Amino acid sequence: MDLRFLDAPPTDAERDAVDAVLGPAESGWDGGRREAADLRYARGGHAARDRRDLLLPALHAVNDRVGWISPAALDYICRRLTVPPAEAYGVATFYAMFAVHERPRRVVHVCTDIACAARGADRLRADLAERAGPPGGTGSEVVWHESPCLGLCERAPAALALEAGAPPRYAVAAPATAADLDRLTGAAAAPDEGPAGTGAHGSAGAATFASEPAAGGRAEPPAHASVPQAGEPGLVLLRRIGVVDPESLDDYRANGGYAALRRALRLGPAGVIREVLDSGLVGRGGAAFPTGRKWEGTARQPDTPHYLVCNADESEPGTFKDRVVMEGDPFSVIEAMTVAGYATAARKGYLYIRGEYPRALSLLENAIARARERNLLGRDILGSGFDFDIEIRRGAGAYICGEETAIFNSIEGRRGEPRSKPPFPIERGLFGKPTTINNVETLVNVLPILLMGGPAYAGIGTGRSTGPKLFCVSGTVRRPGVYELPFGATLRELVTLAGGTPDGRPPRAVLLGGAAGGFVRGDELDIPLTFEGAREAGATLGSGVVLVLDDTVDLPAILVRIAAFFRDESCGQCVPCRVGTVRQEEALHRLSTGAGARRTDLELLRDVGAAMRDASICGLGQTAWNAVESAIDRLGVFGAEPAAAPAEAPSPAHAAKEDR
Amino acid sequence: MSTPVPLAPPRRLVDVTIDGREVRVPEGATILDACASTGTDVPTLCYGDTLTPKNACRVCVVEVDGARTLAPACSRAVEPGMAVRTDSERVRHSRRMVLELLGSSVDLSTTPEAPEWMERYGARPERFGPRAEPAALGERDARHAGAHEPPDGAAAATVEQPPKVDNDLYVRDYGKCIMCYKCVDACGEQWQNTFAIGVAGRGFDARISTEHDVALPDSACVYCGNCIEVCPTGALSFRSEFEMRAEGTWDEERQTQTTTICTYCGVGCNVTLHVQENEIVKVTSPHDNPVTHGNLCIKGRFGFQHVQQRRHD
Repeated sequence: MDLRFLDAPPTDAERDAVDAVLGPAESGWDGGRREAADLRYARGGHAARDRRDLLLPALHAVNDRVGWISPAALDYICRRLTVPPAEAYGVATFYAMFAVHERPRRVVHVCTDIACAARGADRLRADLAERAGPPGGTGSEVVWHESPCLGLCERAPAALALEAGAPPRYAVAAPATAADLDRLTGAAAAPDEGPAGTGAHGSAGAATFASEPAAGGRAEPPAHASVPQAGEPGLVLLRRIGVVDPESLDDYRANGGYAALRRALRLGPAGVIREVLDSGLVGRGGAAFPTGRKWEGTARQPDTPHYLVCNADESEPGTFKDRVVMEGDPFSVIEAMTVAGYATAARKGYLYIRGEYPRALSLLENAIARARERNLLGRDILGSGFDFDIEIRRGAGAYICGEETAIFNSIEGRRGEPRSKPPFPIERGLFGKPTTINNVETLVNVLPILLMGGPAYAGIGTGRSTGPKLFCVSGTVRRPGVYELPFGATLRELVTLAGGTPDGRPPRAVLLGGAAGGFVRGDELDIPLTFEGAREAGATLGSGVVLVLDDTVDLPAILVRIAAFFRDESCGQCVPCRVGTVRQEEALHRLSTGAGARRTDLELLRDVGAAMRDASICGLGQTAWNAVESAIDRLGVFGAEPAAAPAEAPSPAHAAKEDR
Repeated sequence: MSTPVPLAPPRRLVDVTIDGREVRVPEGATILDACASTGTDVPTLCYGDTLTPKNACRVCVVEVDGARTLAPACSRAVEPGMAVRTDSERVRHSRRMVLELLGSSVDLSTTPEAPEWMERYGARPERFGPRAEPAALGERDARHAGAHEPPDGAAAATVEQPPKVDNDLYVRDYGKCIMCYKCVDACGEQWQNTFAIGVAGRGFDARISTEHDVALPDSACVYCGNCIEVCPTGALSFRSEFEMRAEGTWDEERQTQTTTICTYCGVGCNVTLHVQENEIVKVTSPHDNPVTHGNLCIKGRFGFQHVQQRRHD
């Protein structure tokens, strides 16, 4: 590989930021000072190219320090890692949180996604646009963007400010008021002149973000404020949230922490897998695949090494359960990953967390550092002879990276595009090796399984949906938050637990499973919240989103927002999804404004939707039409006949233009 | 003397059914291979005979009995007992939609088989509405991932933009690009190892780009033209072809193709000279050449001008 680089050198700050992740350059060959001795050897080959997976952390380092990635900085990273600049440019431009054009150090992300839209994000955004100019504007100090779901739905409407510096800072405003946004979009503080490397990503024990919020931001409420049941007896997954200090390993151990790992080490890997198989645990990320079979499949693979990936790229609009678990009980995630690594013969785990979760990231970084100190990670864990360590990888604003094979590409330093399956991850996953990939909630379920035993766990819930389940309740309810219920409760019970709708207005619709899920009507609240029950009702639990919309919500506008989301988040690899999501948004736009012929556009939506579902490479395209289809068929939006129950009157705002 | 024939190790044969007809194909063959053995025509766009299938365009999808979604014939390996349908309603629908989605967003005027397929599957790309105005040069290249201007629904968005003419040898007309990834694969690790181009951006705004979106002469490009060789839509073309098409003088009916041996070095690559009115207008290379697989270097691809320096005395 004969790479061509620019002549422009990086600035000192850019070089420092990159070197903090990669260490200083070895020689003139990889971007360091050119010495005469460099002429006597050539650096290259596999050793030079094998660090490609550090591309994403290096891009983050520059973006965190400077706010954007200049051509010279990108080039320096490429020299250091022997990555072709054209490929690195493709990676940098894939992620929404990176910029390759100069921009202010502070970027404010204002969520306009479904849950926030149901809570007045539109007015907030319109106000902000009036005072601070349009999104993406060219202010010198601050720029703001409309953002997809920030995973703060229980405190909607939400905004997140990220400010580059050494170290970078963040601030969350949720629920955000106009005054909050004014403060966040106010002038950024002068850059800190901290010592180089304090913002290092991945180096042992170092925190990525400063602990003090960015100027204009206020301290966030603790994680247990998002769990209305916090402290109640009988909780399984949420039992420590609000009870333990999320920064304290001692607290965690005093509350049952690391008992599951000890039991796992006694049972042996095969014993752990047997318990998980007996428990009937299925994946909580949305696909509901049996976890025990996945673990067994990976453990059996002769090829080595095996890898474990914890999917914490929780980006499904309306989902925030994994964030709350990571913020409220971070050690449980680390312990569960260690157990999973032990069972599947992996010595290395990657925790891939979305870039919009700075607080969860900081708490996990702390948890990993504390666990290493006590030999709960690292070599010969607890004297068992088992070696395991965890590396955190931070996403950078791409919903698609939650897809199990896209996450591998993202970690490997490639564009986060899904791969074709087969081969499946258990055979060829991360770095082409056998890999187990599980969602955060799935993994933390393994701890109670080991403590109570697989069969006892299987006794919770119903039939094929065993165990407790976390639900993300948001929208127009009195007490939004993460709720834990055993499988089998009805939707009505959950909505009642969340206090019902304000003013007792009837819920018009409930979005189950997020943007990739589907709507059910307000009169269908007797649906049992189990995988089978949801399926029988023609819905899906997906990632556990329960987004309640009362009759004040503008449904067509919500559908346009969902379509815009998929158009933005499609990776662009396959035609049905890349172009189909665009055509879907265009048609919905016409339908919601009353332009164009309604019947033709509905037919067009169905045609495009069927092709996306049948012919897309991955789950994003295959589900991009689900919510829209259910809104048309089930809710009767745009005047189509609802599939089952009597048609309800279209909302007054749209009654006039829907019938043509 | 007889030529040695390289023999692949023997492979087990697998029984599969294509549209009800039983065929035996070697283990590891793709559905597309199996279709070829029964003479079943499957349209392909992003498939390249010299490249690893990317299965991005999805025009080759087929229905495999028992599968939830359709499968790309170009890359899915056959399995024993697999029953494949290539002409079911679901297959025809998805192929029609892929053609309509591409036809409505990309200029397919120089994609050879497009009109025939459009007719076969009844594709009507115009039903998405009038085409939006082409973007200004460079506008699409500056788009940021995860954000877009809300559409007004009055026009169908396209990838159309003015062609990039920044060197003497070839033209990049990305208004004709279907994002098949073949040029990137040919430029990168599958053949040329130059890595002058990659896929940048995301979703509908994804595009083929040089590093930092610089002009081709400032990029790592070595002008081997192996990207042009694999481009299925004419988005990449010789400057000579581009200019003749613009003048309306390009006429493949009047062209001859002569395969000969490149005279520059000792490798002896095959070059196919496309000649119109006694002028070389384009150079390709046979894909079945066991050494070069259709790849050339700048000399073989573009170094033919000296042949046409005629003496005028």
